[in-house]
Amino acid sequence: MAKYKMHILCCGGTGCRASKSDEILENFKKIILEKNLDDEVQVIQTGCFGFCEKGPIVKILPDNTFYTEVTPEDALEIVEEHVIKGRKVKRLLYMDPDKKEHISDSKHMNFYKKQIRIALRNCGFINPENIEEYIARDGYMAIGKCLTEMTPEQVIAEIKLSGLRGRGGGGFPTGLKWEFASKYHDDQKYVVCNADEGDPGAFMDRSILEGDPHSVLEAMAICGYSIGANKGLIYIRAEYPLAIERLKIAIKQAKEYGLLGDNIFGTDFSFDITLRLGAGAFVCGEETALIHSMEGQRGEPTPKPPFPAESGFMKKPTNVNNVETFANIPVIINKGANWFNKIGTEKSKGTKVFALAGKINNVGLIEVPMGTTLREVIYEIGGGIKSGKEFKAVQTGGPSGGCLTKDFLDTPIDYDNLVAAGSMMGSGGMIVMDEDDCMVSIAKFYMEFIVEESCGKCVPCRLGTKRLYEILEKITRGNGTMEDLDLLKNLSKTVKATSLCGLGQTAPNPILSTLNNFYDEYVAHVRDKKCPAGQCRHLLKFEIDPEKCVGCTVCARNCPVNAITGTVKQPHTIDQEICIKCGACFQKCKFGAISKK
Amino acid sequence: MKRIKSLDDLKKLSKNAKNKFDLREKANDPDKVVQIKVAMATCGIASGAKETMDFLIEELDRQSIKAIVTQTGCMGYCYAEPTIEVTMPNNDPIVFGYVDTKKAKEIVEKYIKKNELVDGILPVNYETIDKQ
Repeated sequence: MAKYKMHILCCGGTGCRASKSDEILENFKKIILEKNLDDEVQVIQTGCFGFCEKGPIVKILPDNTFYTEVTPEDALEIVEEHVIKGRKVKRLLYMDPDKKEHISDSKHMNFYKKQIRIALRNCGFINPENIEEYIARDGYMAIGKCLTEMTPEQVIAEIKLSGLRGRGGGGFPTGLKWEFASKYHDDQKYVVCNADEGDPGAFMDRSILEGDPHSVLEAMAICGYSIGANKGLIYIRAEYPLAIERLKIAIKQAKEYGLLGDNIFGTDFSFDITLRLGAGAFVCGEETALIHSMEGQRGEPTPKPPFPAESGFMKKPTNVNNVETFANIPVIINKGANWFNKIGTEKSKGTKVFALAGKINNVGLIEVPMGTTLREVIYEIGGGIKSGKEFKAVQTGGPSGGCLTKDFLDTPIDYDNLVAAGSMMGSGGMIVMDEDDCMVSIAKFYMEFIVEESCGKCVPCRLGTKRLYEILEKITRGNGTMEDLDLLKNLSKTVKATSLCGLGQTAPNPILSTLNNFYDEYVAHVRDKKCPAGQCRHLLKFEIDPEKCVGCTVCARNCPVNAITGTVKQPHTIDQEICIKCGACFQKCKFGAISKK
Repeated sequence: MKRIKSLDDLKKLSKNAKNKFDLREKANDPDKVVQIKVAMATCGIASGAKETMDFLIEELDRQSIKAIVTQTGCMGYCYAEPTIEVTMPNNDPIVFGYVDTKKAKEIVEKYIKKNELVDGILPVNYETIDKQ
């Protein structure tokens, strides 16, 4: 039996394969065989390393040597020098851009420090259904430290010092929020965890609750201790059955171990947590609407003030934080605010979890320090755009956010920079779009979502978003006028300025940011009646090239509305009046005679 | 199961739990115990992580390979679900992507039994706070 001493790993990600990594793999296999090393060295193709900018990547185990920008011809040198003689091929090692030194071990590369997992520290590492695994990872040590060594004021001061801001989207300083809640006194106070993750494309809260539920429970208890509350409520959408199941198990185990319940750690602090299920309305992520929903009322927002800190759940002082915000708390207490506030940018501390989705190679959940650029996220961690297409925009902040163009690729991501760029952090959904995506359709998609999710309480949001949607619909059907574009902008501003809650105030953002960044595309739809991305069905025109058409009649037979006429063996024609632009003819034509414009 | 009544109780339990964890990772019997974690978040399960996990448990049992198969949360490699992490005794953990039952069989036959790597390894590209 072969006992391999060394492994050569070749990247098989799309990016590296586009630059000949398949050939590199074949060369290695051939050379290893020729040199009779196949008993000792194994050549393997791996998934994407994510470092596509420096691809193709070849990694040698066990010494973790990381070669970048390898060509098929380099394989021989790597085998002769590294594998046989044990000397690393220096010119192919990664060059540290700051220190101008070669780095051979990938563990020392900055690239691997691009992702730091704080909120996701236990996700994918521990068994979420076993409290002892959480405890083995210093779980419940933070609440222990708070109860035995710190006063509630000290805990709040520590959170304030850490610079942690709300991860649900708003970015309000968490310590300040806790301080407000601690100032109001009543016979009963509440800590609420907002797990009503509603942005399309965002799933970090679900992943945290499914992968590490105890970190949220512990943080809620810490919050309870510091603001003087002994009851916690988790508002979670019913569409997350697995997260609910794991939370239930976690709460039960914590109670059995005495880590929730009466007199925790023998002190006079008691804390209990229960679940409240929501039916999954987007507006219920707004804290006043969320509270009303928990009270059994309609999930509609009310004007602030009074803030929940003064009069929240059941008119009692309440503190609401998002799942990811809570997941950061135990680490801050354990490692100290001064450890945490060294990560990130001046005004945004720590890390942020992003859900990468859309036209990107490595769709997934990532956690990066604040201040990481979009380019690093998309091209290095995300592995670039699918099928080698051109990057067009990235949508952040869900229906409340906006689209950022390639001009913003090198902008460090933090709360303030994203707002300045016309988008927002939101909960961290990041949808990447390529040249085939129509920005007007994207704006329309989000507006459709908002029209459905608007609670209907205030006029600007209820009627305004519907009218905005209708204008967009008109434009994508090719009936728009230049006046519509002005109307779209003015109405967007009105809805933004006059809506009652955050939902309406941010709802026009996708329109405003696409109008700003992709005005030409709107104009193309309105003036030229063309959709540059070829997405808007009504603006497409299918035509038969008489030169290429052989008159096989396949298109005519497949046309559902009989818009295609012609005799056998003669070029056919499409009657544009009848054509419904379904594209059936385009797909069926074997001769490439039908064009789509 | 005992109730934790003080911080000292927790520290004791944490130490014990850490030992158990270490035991699982660095195994008593370094030639035999293999540790496998299956990413079982909603996304993993939807792509068939449950079938993979059931298969691994049955297959390893059938072949009398000593192994601990546990579930865990989302590892973040959503594009390559189901994902599993295999830790061979005295080795760094390795993450495999797109592990259906066929791939799982290959991993058992090649990686676990013969220490041969198989195609489809997912390089880990993040740091945890423990290393900081």
